[in-house]
Amino acid sequence: MPQDKPLKILLVDDEPLARSRLRELLGDIAIQFASEVVGEAGNGIAALEFIRKSPVDVVLADIRMPGMDGIELAGHLGAFEHPPAVIFITAYDNYAVQAFDLNAVDYLLKPVRTQRLLTALQKIVAAPRPDPALLAAIGQAARGGGRTHLSCHERGRLLLVPVAEVLYFKADLKYVTARTVAREYLLDEALTHLEEEFASRFMRLHRAVLVAKTALAGFEKAAGDDAEAYGWALLRGVPDKLPVSRRQWAPAKAAVTG
Amino acid sequence: MTSIRHFPATHPLPDWRNFGVMLRVLLGVNAMALAAALIQAPEPAGWMARYVEMAALVEPLLLLALGLLAALRDVLRKLPLRLGQLAVVMLVAGLAFAQNSFWQSLGFGDGANPLRPMLLAMAASIVLLGYFELRARAFSPAQTEARLAALNARIRPHFLFNSLNAVLSLIRARPQQAEAALESLSDLFRAAMRDPGELVSLADEIALGKQYFELEKLRLGERLAVDWQIGAVSMDLPIPPLMLQPLLENAVYHGIEPAPEGGVVRIAIEQRGEELRIAIANPTVAAGQHASGNQIAVANIRERLALYYDLEARLEIDAGKQTYEVRIILPCRKTSR
Repeated sequence: MPQDKPLKILLVDDEPLARSRLRELLGDIAIQFASEVVGEAGNGIAALEFIRKSPVDVVLADIRMPGMDGIELAGHLGAFEHPPAVIFITAYDNYAVQAFDLNAVDYLLKPVRTQRLLTALQKIVAAPRPDPALLAAIGQAARGGGRTHLSCHERGRLLLVPVAEVLYFKADLKYVTARTVAREYLLDEALTHLEEEFASRFMRLHRAVLVAKTALAGFEKAAGDDAEAYGWALLRGVPDKLPVSRRQWAPAKAAVTG
Repeated sequence: MTSIRHFPATHPLPDWRNFGVMLRVLLGVNAMALAAALIQAPEPAGWMARYVEMAALVEPLLLLALGLLAALRDVLRKLPLRLGQLAVVMLVAGLAFAQNSFWQSLGFGDGANPLRPMLLAMAASIVLLGYFELRARAFSPAQTEARLAALNARIRPHFLFNSLNAVLSLIRARPQQAEAALESLSDLFRAAMRDPGELVSLADEIALGKQYFELEKLRLGERLAVDWQIGAVSMDLPIPPLMLQPLLENAVYHGIEPAPEGGVVRIAIEQRGEELRIAIANPTVAAGQHASGNQIAVANIRERLALYYDLEARLEIDAGKQTYEVRIILPCRKTSR
């Protein structure tokens, strides 16, 4: 396939030697497939940081990385206006590999072979992007938990919200907001999905509220016949009060004392 | 090379010096005494009193017999099996007779026929010998070794393929380092494929651990720091092969790899009296990360320790908020059984 100009490639792997190996291989196939390595990153967060400043065409991403893994990275990339294509690389992740095979998502196995890299690159430009819901499911099963970050768009910029810093999620008519000690973020997420994905960290207080169990400081009963809530939850770090429904009152109190 | 071809459980005449065997004998005999007391007691209320009465006769005999059998272990094991078992039964009967005569001479006892305590002691020893023979059959050397072999070769594929990938990337730029890495890798796999019945020296196991860390440092670079604290230990102590390396691998896999800034793996090896203690600690990283894999590796080592040492070795886990520590405590033995 003739190309107009070399593809811009970003290498993402936490092992420096693995990145330099990919660089060598891309050099070896330069005649058949023109590409230019425009950058390297040690994990998903650094990769997103890089792409935000200078867009790339293809991301070669290791699946298992500290901080943010390759599958989560691919999920966040979908939020860009012109998302780069992603080729996953793995040494040994049985679960992810099986899921990729089933769903025709291309991937490379370490040690990476020159010929396989070439075929993958030739196919990737025209390949359809993997379904975000599928990626989310594979990622969750492979890493045994939810994402480490949520993405939030503000004036065309992508912001990453570390899940560990979120005190609560609140659903309004149209949006879900995430509150950290510093500020609030508008998310493009559904509260029910968040509740499922982060079940070990967050609990429901109310139809429209999920709270981080560690953020709960105490409770107070609502005065008289408050239509909005049965009681209120107090939080560590912020003065906000969250409504607690009658149904969740006992489980929530148990979560704090237990 | 020392061998432990004789695993504690595989000889039909048990190793009376092994703590697990002693415990089983003590519990077995006392269970029989309890049952006998229940049969004899006219009503359940008198059961315990009857048992205590009986224990006064049974326990001294039991301890004496165990002591004597422990002393005579090697002699008894040299005899053909049936003869050895007969010798044990006769020995116990003789002891029962001697004890009975002693009690009578002191004026205790009811002057009954000495045949009764002798027959009871013989019956109890026959039951226990039968139990140990069956147990030995269940743990036959062939089965134990197959089980050990299956448990032993467990170097993570994730580690193998990542290491090979790292070596490949070294070949062009730093061929000498690539050679050294391949040599270490081959040593590691030779160790993993070694006959699991052979014991290795502590020094060899430590050297292997250091080679393993060299390979991991290739991949992880600055992120992996290692701190060895080796106390006054004799380096030629025999220990089961691949006890240390899988735990080091675990520490790297769970404590270092998932942390972007890395961390320190601490290994402390010391000798306390008759015990060799090996402790491996790594930083705790965000909960939930590959938790299940961890339990498999630890359960695996626990099972191997049980096969090698029965109850005389143990594995403890200290899962704190900051660090996760695994300790293995082994009996120090200079020689094989």
